[in-house]
Amino acid sequence: MVALVSAMKRISVSDLDFERQARLGPEHRRLLESCQAPAAVADLASDLDLPLGVVRILVADLRELGLVSVRQPAPSGFSDIATLKEVADALRRL
Amino acid sequence: MPYGGSEPVPDRSRAPVAIKILIAGGFGVGKTTLVSAVSEVRPLRTEEALSEPSSSVDHLEGVEGKSTTTVAMDFGRISISDDLVIYLFGTPGQKRFWFMWDELAYGALGAVVIADTRRLADCFPSVDYFERRGLPFIVAVNCFDDARRYPADTVRAAINLTPDVPLVLCDARQRSSSRDVLVALVEHAVTLLSNGRHVTSAR
Repeated sequence: MVALVSAMKRISVSDLDFERQARLGPEHRRLLESCQAPAAVADLASDLDLPLGVVRILVADLRELGLVSVRQPAPSGFSDIATLKEVADALRRL
Repeated sequence: MPYGGSEPVPDRSRAPVAIKILIAGGFGVGKTTLVSAVSEVRPLRTEEALSEPSSSVDHLEGVEGKSTTTVAMDFGRISISDDLVIYLFGTPGQKRFWFMWDELAYGALGAVVIADTRRLADCFPSVDYFERRGLPFIVAVNCFDDARRYPADTVRAAINLTPDVPLVLCDARQRSSSRDVLVALVEHAVTLLSNGRHVTSAR
């Protein structure tokens, strides 16, 4: 849900063969445009106004084609005290 | 040393950290209000399996094959830095929604259970859930204008809250008050971590 999706810089849709390009729907392409800068799955779902489950499937398709990379952020439950204190301080400044 | 006297360079090599905080509580308790007070709230939809209780409500004639339904969640984002973002997810706390919580709770820092003293029982399922899961949580009593004020200890006793769970009073409409609620949760998580308790729930 908060995994970061980024479009690959060195490969684009036009590099794919015809058969692979044909597998991409308009939603795939919109998603690809939205993750030129790394974006969380939840952010993408909200931006594109698509349900989370749909975005997950589209991301999986794009990953299979080598068009995006997916990075799992460290789950906050495993954060160290220093990070949590940084978060508390940042919140106090809000 | 060529860089003598300069500020230590922050470690930019760390993996991005996404802090997930859950906002739970009954309907109309102030979840959306709290999320929008501290962050830019955005619509987020999720497809969920249709549960037994809802199948008696939703008419499924003609769409018997339909096994999912779309649920809206409160979704807020607070960007602290390029690699540190807080995500707030608000969903109803009723037991029927627990299947959604399982995924949300995974890897979460903790949860805020919002309570309304006029219908305190609405927060019981959420309290139950987070106690059972071992996820750090605090209870935030949203002080509605027309609700009688009770001392924190009275509310605590009514919820039968264990002494180690913080209970705070708040006004979810106010940014500063809602912010303090989140700070209280993060501080609670720090305390648990300092005491050697691993702050996460295993799946």
